[in-house]
Amino acid sequence: MTELPNLIPLLPEIVLALAGMALLLLGVFRSTDATRLIGHLAILAFAAAAVLVVIFGDARQVTMNGLYVTDAFAVFAKLMVLGASAATLFMALKWMEQENAARFEYPVLVLFAVLGMCVMISANDFLSLYMGLETQSLALYLIAAYQRDTVRSTEAGLKYFVLGALASGLMLYGVSLVYGFTGTTNFESLAQGFELDQPVPAGVVVGLVFIICALAFKVSAAPFHMWTPDVYEGAPTPVTAFFSVAPKAAAVALFLRVMVAPFGDLLAQWQQVIVALSVLSMLIGGFAAIAQTNIKRLMAYSSIGHVGYALVGLAVGNTEGVGAVLVYIGIYLFMNVGTFAVILSMRANGRPVEGLNDLSGLSKNRPVMASALAVMMFSMAGVPPFAGFFGKFFVFKAAVDAGLIPLAVIGVLTSVVAAFYYLRIVKIIYFDDPAEQFEPIAPQARLVLGVSSIFVAIFFVFPLPQMVMGASRAAQALFGG
Amino acid sequence: MSDWPLLSIVTFLPLVGVAFILMIRGEPGVVERNSRNVALLTSSATFVMSLFLWFGFASGTADFQFVEKTDWLPGTGISYHMGVDGISVLFVLLSTFLTPICVLASWEAIHNRVKEYMIAFLILETMMVGMFCSLDFMLFYIFFEGVLVPMFILIGVWGGARRIYAAFKFFLYTLAGSVLMLVALLTMFMNAGTTDIPELLKYSFAPGLQTWLFLAMFASFAVKVPMWPVHTWLPDAHVEAPTAASVILAGVLLKMGAYGFLRFSVPMLPQATADFTPMVYALSVIAVIYTSLVALVQEDMKKLIAYSSVAHMGFVTIGIFTMTTQGVTGALFQMLSHGVVAGALFLCVGVIYDRLHTREIARYGGLMHCMPKYATVFMLFMMASVGLPGTSGFVGELLVVLGTFQVNTLVAALMSTGLVLGACYMLFLYRRVVFGKLEKEDLKDLPDMSGREVLMFAPLVVLVLWMGLYPMPFLDMMSASVDNLIANFETARAAAEASVPAALALN
Repeated sequence: MTELPNLIPLLPEIVLALAGMALLLLGVFRSTDATRLIGHLAILAFAAAAVLVVIFGDARQVTMNGLYVTDAFAVFAKLMVLGASAATLFMALKWMEQENAARFEYPVLVLFAVLGMCVMISANDFLSLYMGLETQSLALYLIAAYQRDTVRSTEAGLKYFVLGALASGLMLYGVSLVYGFTGTTNFESLAQGFELDQPVPAGVVVGLVFIICALAFKVSAAPFHMWTPDVYEGAPTPVTAFFSVAPKAAAVALFLRVMVAPFGDLLAQWQQVIVALSVLSMLIGGFAAIAQTNIKRLMAYSSIGHVGYALVGLAVGNTEGVGAVLVYIGIYLFMNVGTFAVILSMRANGRPVEGLNDLSGLSKNRPVMASALAVMMFSMAGVPPFAGFFGKFFVFKAAVDAGLIPLAVIGVLTSVVAAFYYLRIVKIIYFDDPAEQFEPIAPQARLVLGVSSIFVAIFFVFPLPQMVMGASRAAQALFGG
Repeated sequence: MSDWPLLSIVTFLPLVGVAFILMIRGEPGVVERNSRNVALLTSSATFVMSLFLWFGFASGTADFQFVEKTDWLPGTGISYHMGVDGISVLFVLLSTFLTPICVLASWEAIHNRVKEYMIAFLILETMMVGMFCSLDFMLFYIFFEGVLVPMFILIGVWGGARRIYAAFKFFLYTLAGSVLMLVALLTMFMNAGTTDIPELLKYSFAPGLQTWLFLAMFASFAVKVPMWPVHTWLPDAHVEAPTAASVILAGVLLKMGAYGFLRFSVPMLPQATADFTPMVYALSVIAVIYTSLVALVQEDMKKLIAYSSVAHMGFVTIGIFTMTTQGVTGALFQMLSHGVVAGALFLCVGVIYDRLHTREIARYGGLMHCMPKYATVFMLFMMASVGLPGTSGFVGELLVVLGTFQVNTLVAALMSTGLVLGACYMLFLYRRVVFGKLEKEDLKDLPDMSGREVLMFAPLVVLVLWMGLYPMPFLDMMSASVDNLIANFETARAAAEASVPAALALN
């Protein structure tokens, strides 16, 4: 009789999975529409999972025959994913009701997607990685096409599915090459194999490049970013809000783990690739966003740019760099959630609007909302003293410390380009004449916007030192320190 | 008094005012009146607090005073470190002095969104004061860039017809410069292992690295000063900005660049400073002569004063890079004097702009007949800008020219032509606006300055004459720090000269 593996570290995932199934049953058996109830229960499940994640804490534990690992890094990343998912789902429920699009499947699908993300983050083997990735992706394809009666939403879902499947194929191909040349898919065994100072087989390098391409697709780094603007624009706004935070954070965490845990000793092989991805993302994120008129599309390019900055930290490839990426993504989540709280509140004449010009003169109609959005925009542009500046600061500091000064210079200069379009939003809301007034902001969005804008504005006083400490502990855990 | 965190109080007191203004509710008229009152009260209180710096400052030492230090970012060594020395203390006072005057200047000129305007102004004051007090490079950088946000809003919302263009140009020009300084900051951090300014002042950077660091910081400070050829944002920003924002822009923001040179480039990178001095001389001389000529042909009063600011700042940069006692002291004094005088000139423009809503020089003429008080005040500041003995402008310019003569006669001769040209364009402006016959119909019934306006100008007049007739209190405050700066510079240069043959011998 085989021994049962230690399931205790998996409890957060188990809770999420059971909650997902239970809520699905509940939704089916409730005769009346129970979206709101199920949504709130799903948020409760996220909170429960977060508590469990914190309780089991920082100690590194490997279980499921080496498939699954939990450590300080996983804790940090999971808390980001769970928090961002809860915040976006919280706002989504109200929006769905306003749009008569409330269906109980939505929270359930989000729950399963988050389950997949948690598995990804804790993957210690390419098999569990792929399983988590696909659990996540399948749910995401569905919610992208969630408004199945509109052409845009179905198109977004289909596009995402086709390109996502291609990326999964690349990933599998890369993994099979690595497996073929090394004989293992386990991260620790791979790392041990590369520790020896032997020439790396060419097949491993080719496989590694395939894996990087697939991961670049998942984090939407240029030149694998093509799907992002279309999907962000086409998907229903709450889905876009969710896409821009939780899967992004999970994919970046996965990217970090895959690059560092098994392939950390091959830094020389993958560093240039990441540098190239990072520079291209920063440039495309900066320049392509200038011409956008749809705010969701603009946010898509903005997220491509932010991934570029995060990848600067990965390109450094040491503890400091990884810690900087975690801080960056953590701040990015708050900025994006806050910005999407505003975008979700952009409703005139009973329907949602998405044009940048619809924000005209917002500061006269809704001064508080306008100032919160302006804070977000200055923060995204990286202007101190707002939070976004500190994200950039730590990333560039890591790059300079590692001698990647040209990369840092490109980074700061593209941040000036990006500042232009963030300022354009500030210009539209403050300098232009008022457009039609929006309907009152929903209480959920107001709460999320309030919390995130206060976070962004006073970040340098309160959570900055704590967050930096947490991120550096997480990064050390990843490097086995 | 000595154990109070005086600098933090002066820096963050305006934010308390912001909090109060945010809480104001009620009828639009009441909100506007209360916002103005709170802003005036807060900025005056801040000024009063900053006077403790003036009285408590010990002139005999070059050490940093009123120092506060608290840990901020654990593990990085970045701390909240505040303090002032003879170089920075007067700029703190200049900022706190000009802000209440600016609030007064906006009293009637601003009628829409008064609440937001006052909030932006008070935040701006916090950023300016904090920047001059910072003794940590990181902290300095945050305040240095933080200034951009309220200024962008001030120009963009309350500015003139081309305000959006001007606001963007201002923001992006300055941002592009300062992000390069961020890279320099990070590089210094990596090499010296600290961002603490007193520590960085003791650290000597490798000569090759100094060149790059100097260029990166130059990109930031030269835009801010502004030096030719990166000065083009200034005329646009000045012309479009509301009067009070122009005053702060000319009075304080332009000094941030020169202050940066004195605080970072010169003392931390002495080798590179010596190497790049000819370049700075060349750019500054071009600025002095070229922008003076440009100022001669301006049709817009604000633009003329903006170009004259660029020319005056050319004197300042030359003075700093002479690295003589007279040159540096003169540059510092000229910065203070220009802060007061250029600010006052923009207020003078503002006074008639509020009445006629045009800044076109040709629309005026003969104002001495209907506005005698105004004509007198304007004349005084015009003379101070020209550098007439007895006004503050004279002291600074004389010291700079004296200092320059000691090191480079050619530069001194060329920059002196700037003095002549300065007299030309200012007198020309004054003649066209104030003298002549009062021919235009709508000028005849212009009211002279109101009580509020007199109140606004009175402290400026007193200060200009005081600084011109008895500059010793100001010079005393600077002297120890300036001497220390120059002594350290000479030591570092001598050490570098001595090590060059040694290095050659090793090869």
